[in-house]
Amino acid sequence: MMDDLSTNLFRQMYRIRSVEEAIAHHYPEGKMRCPVHLSIGQEAIPAIFANIIHATDFAVSTHRGHAHYLAKGGDLNAMIAEIYGKSTGCSKGKGGSMHLIDLAVNFMGTSAIVGNSIPIGVGLALSVQLKRTNQISCVFLGDGAIEEGVFYESVNFAAVRKLPVLFICENNLYSVYSPLSVRQPKGRSIAKMVEAMGVEVAVGDGHNIAVCYEIMKNAVHKVRTTGAPLFLEFSTYRWREHCGHAFDNDIGYRTQDEFLEWQAKDPLNNLEIRLGQSSSNLERTLEIIKSEVNIEVKAAFDFAEMSKFPEQSEAYDGVYSL
Amino acid sequence: MSQKNFAAAINEAIHQTMEMDESVICYGLGVTDPKAVFGTTANLEKCFGSDRVFDMPTSENAMTGVAIGAALNGIKSVVTHQRIDFFLLAMDQLVNSAAKWHYMFGNQSCVPITIRLIIGRGWGQGPTHSQNLQAWFSHIPGLKVVMPTTPEDAKGLLISSIFDPNPVVFLEHRWLHNSIGEVPVGDFRVPIGKAKVARSGTDITIVAMSYMTIEALHAADYLATQGIFCEIIDLRTIKPLDWDTVMRSVAKTGRLLALDSGFTTGSVAGEVVARVAIEIFGKLRDPPARLAMPDIPEPTSPALTKRFYILAKDIAAKVILMVTKDSIIDIANLTEPVPHDIPGEWFKGPF
Repeated sequence: MMDDLSTNLFRQMYRIRSVEEAIAHHYPEGKMRCPVHLSIGQEAIPAIFANIIHATDFAVSTHRGHAHYLAKGGDLNAMIAEIYGKSTGCSKGKGGSMHLIDLAVNFMGTSAIVGNSIPIGVGLALSVQLKRTNQISCVFLGDGAIEEGVFYESVNFAAVRKLPVLFICENNLYSVYSPLSVRQPKGRSIAKMVEAMGVEVAVGDGHNIAVCYEIMKNAVHKVRTTGAPLFLEFSTYRWREHCGHAFDNDIGYRTQDEFLEWQAKDPLNNLEIRLGQSSSNLERTLEIIKSEVNIEVKAAFDFAEMSKFPEQSEAYDGVYSL
Repeated sequence: MSQKNFAAAINEAIHQTMEMDESVICYGLGVTDPKAVFGTTANLEKCFGSDRVFDMPTSENAMTGVAIGAALNGIKSVVTHQRIDFFLLAMDQLVNSAAKWHYMFGNQSCVPITIRLIIGRGWGQGPTHSQNLQAWFSHIPGLKVVMPTTPEDAKGLLISSIFDPNPVVFLEHRWLHNSIGEVPVGDFRVPIGKAKVARSGTDITIVAMSYMTIEALHAADYLATQGIFCEIIDLRTIKPLDWDTVMRSVAKTGRLLALDSGFTTGSVAGEVVARVAIEIFGKLRDPPARLAMPDIPEPTSPALTKRFYILAKDIAAKVILMVTKDSIIDIANLTEPVPHDIPGEWFKGPF
């Protein structure tokens, strides 16, 4: 990979990681009064996505959507302010961590209901087809959503209507605390199942940046040029608890050994070591990136803290669009 | 004005909105089939092409989400389901997304979709083909719920629904599709959220919606011959509900009978009674009442539905009891439809 691409990926991953580490750090203060679903450990795919996708393309995501919002170019200050429940938040305090939106970069929304945003992403692709623009629609989902009927319904419609939608499945093995082994039959390949529905698929180790970059680049290009749907499945692992800021390897649904095995694959740390060892110039570049990001993240939390809460009366606004 | 039936009025409304606005699309299971959803979607595909008018997979939930997603990029979908009961599979998309999208994302994007659902009764439709679940939808903030009675209102409210920036649940009673009335030509709109005084009267206010309005009118015709004059409010929209019109009428007549085609508990009629009692209790001469469907599933056999539906006769009997107290007025002359489980001779089934 080219150095500037590698440093860009590093910047994206480091930025997403830093934002989420800062959320985890401040969360016990009790000022972020909404559920947060962190994706620390899963940064590689969003970082790659950020380097490939166009601002005009559409994206929707899930309850675990901070990384996707940031990768699409969503405003950092507005996201942190939203989690703090402030009027400067991206949803004016109405949505919280699970309802992120930034229309300036066509990040169209996230949903707190597993599988819920999948057909919405497909609908955006239908609108693209009707309007004959050169956009694609990207749908982030997890392995749990595969078990929802709406996933099957949505993929089926995307296939039958040939819609420009890219499904990006981040398979992190768990739905809350339930492992894949109790949810899907042994030996099931999610990608093969989707392929059997008539949609082209690709699979990648979500920690292998070079391979996943090529997969994502080819997929985006293909959806854009053919207008047909494509499904990507990347293996990954969330380090922290399902919901909240802490580690939860002690509560018994997964082992510390399993966690350590996945943590050793840390895409951010591995890239930093590789780049740092390759030249002292690059090492300095990474240090500069880190200090820039650290300042930006600190500023975002300051912005959120200093922003005003919405007025109580605003709770009654906006039930209907006028 | 031209004479049209309700189904043709629906069809005309979709045709005209699609002509006026190329961002309007129409889809649903069967919209392009030979029966064209009781004729309501006839010729749409021929006129506007298969990009904008299309049949769909049997995927009610996803296809509702598709309408939402398309709406976020400016497409106005009219989605049709042949039975409200099928649409229950789509409650996640309707309730968790469509209804809340504008609010929960801070008023930044809206979801202008129209969901046409057909409700009904009779002819053996049974427990899962006949439900009148308007109260469910009216419970959800962010939804608008429309229930027209006349062909004129069907057209005017459907055009308003399609151009409304919010999700609208548009409920059509199967027994109304063949009813005939005068329908204004052109871009005719009836405002959502405005009830209509379908009949002026002085003795009692009957609040009704959709097909119940027809039964109420039959009852009122008969009662007028007996010297009892009913004021009938056709709600037309049940969310947001036109409370001003309801309150004004009840304040005038001093009596309220709320009708509902849905189950009794948690019904719209119950809400009407509650609001009237809370807000203008002092204007009531008598305790308010309601007539709604019993809290049991609708059975299938005609033998079991014989005394099941609310007919004009039931309404008349209730009104007589409320208005005259002890005097007895004969309702034997108020004819009942024979058989009891079809809207008219034209109806030959099977659905």
